[in-house]
Amino acid sequence: MSIKIAGAFVLAAVAVAVIWGGLAVRAEEFTKEDLERWQNEYMSVVAKGRELWTSPTLGTNGVACAQCHPNAANTHPETYPKFQQQLGKVIALRDMINWCLRNPLEGAPLELDDPNMIALEAYIAYERRGVELAPGKH
Amino acid sequence: MSDHRINRRDFLKCAGALAAASCLPVSTVELAFADPRENFTFAYISDAHLQLISGTKFVRNWDRGLIRAVAETNLLDPKPDFVVFGGDLAQLALKEELDHGAEMLSKLQVKVHHVMGEHDYYLDLGEYWSKLFGPQYYSWDHKGVHFVVLNSILTYDDWTFNRWPTAKQRMLEMAGLDNPNGSPFMVGEKQREWLRQDLSKVKKDTPLVVFSHSPIQKIYKGWNFWTEDAEEVQALLKPFSDVTVIYGHVHQIQYNQIGNISFHAVMATAWPWPYPQTYAQAEQYLPKLTVPMNRANPFFERDATGWQMIDIDSGRAAMNYNLYNNARRTVAFNPKTRQPEDKVFQDPERRIPPQTHF
Repeated sequence: MSIKIAGAFVLAAVAVAVIWGGLAVRAEEFTKEDLERWQNEYMSVVAKGRELWTSPTLGTNGVACAQCHPNAANTHPETYPKFQQQLGKVIALRDMINWCLRNPLEGAPLELDDPNMIALEAYIAYERRGVELAPGKH
Repeated sequence: MSDHRINRRDFLKCAGALAAASCLPVSTVELAFADPRENFTFAYISDAHLQLISGTKFVRNWDRGLIRAVAETNLLDPKPDFVVFGGDLAQLALKEELDHGAEMLSKLQVKVHHVMGEHDYYLDLGEYWSKLFGPQYYSWDHKGVHFVVLNSILTYDDWTFNRWPTAKQRMLEMAGLDNPNGSPFMVGEKQREWLRQDLSKVKKDTPLVVFSHSPIQKIYKGWNFWTEDAEEVQALLKPFSDVTVIYGHVHQIQYNQIGNISFHAVMATAWPWPYPQTYAQAEQYLPKLTVPMNRANPFFERDATGWQMIDIDSGRAAMNYNLYNNARRTVAFNPKTRQPEDKVFQDPERRIPPQTHF
């Protein structure tokens, strides 16, 4: 065993001892304030998504998502992943978001982990809250 | 459009008779003694939403919808008596957009009557639109039918005049269908008084057809599928035996019957809108009578858009929906049930899966 690895073990052991000692939060304990803060974090991304949804600059031609999908209606996030009959395969909602970016918005698709993509998904899901999951439904 | 073929046959028969008085071309003189039961047709094109990108570039998709409607309307034989453009010619009421639309519509071979939409209005409060197309509310008589155009997209003065720092922002706020900063549409007191006076000269058994941009009924306030003073306007129409209200704005098939008033919505040439019940958070009142259009397939750019040819038969409307990527639909007044009904799908047994919206 090299000295470096041995050193790492010592550090890890110290860290475990510190955590065991009660200096860090317990994983499954959270307060009302935590819940509120987390919800607010989510809602700030929803707000970003709403801004993008109504933005004329998400694509290149000034067309906004909301022009065809007011309040993100007719996007059916609860049905994805599903067999998208026009593409002949099972896809995720984000694939359809990119389809819309490329076609009606004449823009460039987003990386699947782009914060803007996450924000669009967060907004779509928020507007659809309360609707039962229906994966695969056309 | 089987109904249209019938009309065409009748027309040809009529043309063969040559001298038959009812077959003469319409003139302003003829209206005075026109038979009110004479059938005629007109075309209805609406909601083109021509959208400037920059310079002389416009959104191609929306341009194509209107170009197609104009071209197809010009192919109608016999020609419709006139065309109505139902409002929202422009997206943000820009001169460039209205000019672009006026140029496209100038290719129509018959007279066009214009209805004001909110997308034509809230930049300069309809000033440039009026320069191009004339008054914002007016009426005329045609073959025994009294036609009225209303500007139904007005709203509270405070919202229009005091709320927004610039005209451009006012337009943008009203242009967002689902924008909570928007304001409910209305006809307003001044125009209702004009309507009352206009109708006072019309006999109560004269068929009445009213064109407005927004529905003169309350369906869903959140998207302005709504007119705030709908009941007051309906009250003015109530004394007439045959009333039809035809409206745009909703970009979808809708129809309803309230008392003696039949309501019909028209398609957009630009894009379809979801039915309000598809917005899970909405409290909405889509008329139970309406058999919805098929769900739109976005991979067909023109799907769930189109235009309509309207037969006026004994003063009642039959809407022939010319749907670009879908089977045509006809919704006509049924004199037995005294309400508009789809010729094929009204019976719940006959409905098809694409008509289910969720």
